[in-house]
Amino acid sequence: MSMLVDVLSWVCIVAGGIFCVIGAIGLVRMPDFYTRMHAASITDTIGAGLLLFGMMLQAGFTLIAVKLVMIGLLLLFANPTATHALAKAARARGLQPLLASGDDSSKP
Amino acid sequence: MLHLASLGVVLYAFWILLSGYFEPFLLSAGAGSALAVVLLAWRMKIVDREGHPIQMIASVVLYWPWLIKEIAKSAWDVSKIIIDPNLPISPVLVRFKPTQRSQVGLATHANSITLTPGTITVEATQDEFLVHGLTRAAGAGVIDSEMDRRVSKVEGYR
Repeated sequence: MSMLVDVLSWVCIVAGGIFCVIGAIGLVRMPDFYTRMHAASITDTIGAGLLLFGMMLQAGFTLIAVKLVMIGLLLLFANPTATHALAKAARARGLQPLLASGDDSSKP
Repeated sequence: MLHLASLGVVLYAFWILLSGYFEPFLLSAGAGSALAVVLLAWRMKIVDREGHPIQMIASVVLYWPWLIKEIAKSAWDVSKIIIDPNLPISPVLVRFKPTQRSQVGLATHANSITLTPGTITVEATQDEFLVHGLTRAAGAGVIDSEMDRRVSKVEGYR
């Protein structure tokens, strides 16, 4: 049983690491600021989430697991807030996003 | 009153879970700290339906698993786009009117959109959300979406 939990937890941790690397690759490959933020959100959400879940499986039903859940909740609330603040600040300063041609519905 | 009591209980539980010590001194210090924070929050008048939305607790617990499923799905899609050699993106900005009525509901909806990879809320007001989508499909997916309906339900006005 503990073997199974160990395997599952390592699968989660390795998969989380892979998603973090994919997010980093996206950060480099994407063409402009706004699209780069989409790549970063891969690392924030599923990368960090899988890493935390893997660590929770290692911790079992302890206070450490509770603290990991709290970190997860913190990420769930703080990440989108920070991302939104960043995007809004960039737009307020007049940084225009690169758009696919003929798709500018940003003007009302 | 209910909000103040609930805030106190939540803060004290938070203290106990973070400390993990159960000596009388530390337990009473935690109670004192929780009480002090409740008093400060009460003086600042931030403990209400918006600052401490207990009316949403039951429904938000049902909403989170669905949200996590959506995050996993779109994270997979965006990952495939990133490792595709052609980088098939078609960034769009879309505007639409959210159906939430309260500030908490709007914030929850805007945060949920941003949390889902492939869409970012750039501007959020009562009348209009401005969303940046990584692909045309992702951008179109946020208009009158299931997420919108679910958050309105969580909000608890209908």
